[in-house]
Amino acid sequence: MLSPQQATERVAASVGARYRRERRFQMYGKLAIGSALVFLVLFMANILQKGIPGFFQHYVTLEVDLDRELLDPMGDASVDSLFAGNPRRVMQLAIYEATGAESRADQRAAFKLVSTGATNRLRDMILEDPSILGTRMSIQFAVDDDADSYLRGFITKATEERRRRVKDNQMDMIDRLQAEGRIEYKLSDYIFTGSDSRNPELAGIKGAVIGSLLTLAVCLSLAFPIGVAAAVYLEEFAPKNRITDVIEVNINNLAAVPSVVYGILGAAVFINVFGFQRSWPIVGGFVLALMTLPTIIISSRAALKAVPPSIRDAALGMGASRVQVVTHHVLPLALPGMLTGTIIGMAQALGETAPLLMIGMVAFVVDAPSGIFSPSTALPVQIYMWADSAERMFVAKTSAAIIALLSFLVVMNAAAVVLRKKFERRW
Amino acid sequence: MEATMENTRTTGTADVAWDHDDFQTVGTPGHDDPRMTAGNVDVFYGEKQAIMNVSIDIGANEVVSFIGPSGCGKSTFLRCLNRMNDTIDICRVGGSIMLDGQDIYDPSIDVVPLRARVGMVFQKPNPFPKSIYDNVAYGPRIHGLVDSKAELDEVVEQSLTRAGLWDEAKDRLDQPGTGLSGGQQQRLCIARAIAVSPEVILMDEPCSALDPIATARIEELIHDLSSQFTIVIVTHSMQQAARVSDRTAYFHLGRLVEVGPTKQIFTSPQHSLTQDYITGRFG
Ligand SMILES: Nc1ncnc2c1ncn2[C@@H]1O[C@H](COP(=O)(O)OP(=O)(O)OP(=O)(O)O)[C@@H](O)[C@H]1O
Ligand SMILES: [Mg+2]
Repeated sequence: MLSPQQATERVAASVGARYRRERRFQMYGKLAIGSALVFLVLFMANILQKGIPGFFQHYVTLEVDLDRELLDPMGDASVDSLFAGNPRRVMQLAIYEATGAESRADQRAAFKLVSTGATNRLRDMILEDPSILGTRMSIQFAVDDDADSYLRGFITKATEERRRRVKDNQMDMIDRLQAEGRIEYKLSDYIFTGSDSRNPELAGIKGAVIGSLLTLAVCLSLAFPIGVAAAVYLEEFAPKNRITDVIEVNINNLAAVPSVVYGILGAAVFINVFGFQRSWPIVGGFVLALMTLPTIIISSRAALKAVPPSIRDAALGMGASRVQVVTHHVLPLALPGMLTGTIIGMAQALGETAPLLMIGMVAFVVDAPSGIFSPSTALPVQIYMWADSAERMFVAKTSAAIIALLSFLVVMNAAAVVLRKKFERRW
Repeated sequence: MEATMENTRTTGTADVAWDHDDFQTVGTPGHDDPRMTAGNVDVFYGEKQAIMNVSIDIGANEVVSFIGPSGCGKSTFLRCLNRMNDTIDICRVGGSIMLDGQDIYDPSIDVVPLRARVGMVFQKPNPFPKSIYDNVAYGPRIHGLVDSKAELDEVVEQSLTRAGLWDEAKDRLDQPGTGLSGGQQQRLCIARAIAVSPEVILMDEPCSALDPIATARIEELIHDLSSQFTIVIVTHSMQQAARVSDRTAYFHLGRLVEVGPTKQIFTSPQHSLTQDYITGRFG
């Protein structure tokens, strides 16, 4: 034994080393957080820099003669008549006039400058307001994606002419249009209202966003009640025996199963057995629900475990039945934790790509899905598909879609924090 | 360290001569007007026996205190009296425990109404994380004891008054019960327990987390409540047992060694183990 004096000396001698160790430890922590932050900032800066242009595109203003004979051959402005018309010819005349193209080669080149979606836009305008027929109007059309790339400076004359998609004569025309002030760079009409398209200038994320929301809705309405019920049963009611041990181990295992496996399972069960069709949001929702169930069960059980036993004792001692103990006391206290776990599970599901590929949500779907029983894609899958496209403009659209996906994730995680703060109770 | 602990344990048991089963509780475990009667109660946690052949009557409107060294089974036995041990999977109870002549371990008995008749106050104050009002109103609500809000208000007020908390709580009934001081929380728990008008109240070291002033208030309260309720209290404080209880039961290593009128237990204990404990030779 040391005398108190010796002990004091020993303690004093060791204090310096202890503080040094503590400072070093704190520094490691700060370094770790610092490097994580640096990566995050770099990543966000990169995505934003690439993605923000994806929300914008170039438009060209043309004077269009809305010729009655060409557009409305039957003369009654009916849908049939308009579809029998030839808006393409009207567009051609307008673009020839604006560019002054005379030779056949120039005319062909000029027509390629405007997006192929222009004829549809023209028809839609007339359908909406037939009174514009026969007038001459200034109308803004999206520029074709190749011309857009030239305007953004991705294509230059420095490249050999035969190796680029925008030829010299087209470049001259664009330059002239720009000099006349006909070209405008503005927020894209299509990015939020359009769905997938072969023409990048017409492609938008609406279909993918709706598909993702529908899928998540199915996923949440299945996974949350089932997950919470399973967790409550296992934690509060199930006897602790071999069978529940096996179930517990398996739930933990399921949480670690690669998501692509759930996709294969979903394809086998929901599509082959239930007869659902590929690329329906309901199938995606089922598969993602299977995938998020273990996460929800595990986090819900942790939330239930964190409820102090003294509360259960208090309620049981008052003569509450076991169900009353759970519904009156344990669930309200565990709910914030359960919600947090669920939202984190949903955020995972929102970003999940592989299982959706397996069940065919990778299909090229031009229209936004009308419900959980119509073909659809999802945001992460859309990102995957666009990232794979050759067109230069899809690079920006890919990043734009990533920004949209990240925004959803940020909103969901913020919601998790808010919910937790709101429902948190002290005991 | 290890060796000393080992030593105390062996000395502890060496004095005890109950390896054979003819051990008899000394003193007066019986009562003329019993509210609860425990007969030959054994409690096992898995393989381990925590209570051995305990028989005791708890008289109507009397305060009985359980004393004994740590780990001797006081809480275990107390929890048998309202079947709180049911919540422990590995716990098995043998023998019989009667409440007003009815075996509470009978398969036909439902624990929910039983626990409304035999209430419990725990060692650590454990109010629900709800308002003071809701804490007290909880029991009457779940058992359907009141028909109107006015009636419930009255029950809440009466219970809080009896628990000596009304004056401090009446202006903050809607504030969380967890925001009260430790002593106030424990009185809230007592108010919650008496709000369902139980016949028996079990208290497991209700003052061990409280300061002397709060303890004195609770002891006063126990004294007042004893006119209406039967109270069983586990305590580590022999002074407390002496102050509040009519009879005292001394437990040792799962056995009920001696029961008797409190005064007698503390002045002239019959069993040498009781004597050793109250004179502070171990415990
Ligand atoms: N849940 C349990 N599982 C297993 N053994 C238990 C359990 N609860 C109590 N025991 C054992 O039963 C014996 C009696 O415990 P009990 O809690 O009744 O003692 P006590 O007299 O209340 O002690 P203290 O004065 O420290 O509260 C002890 O040996 C203890 O280890
Ligand atoms: Mg105890």
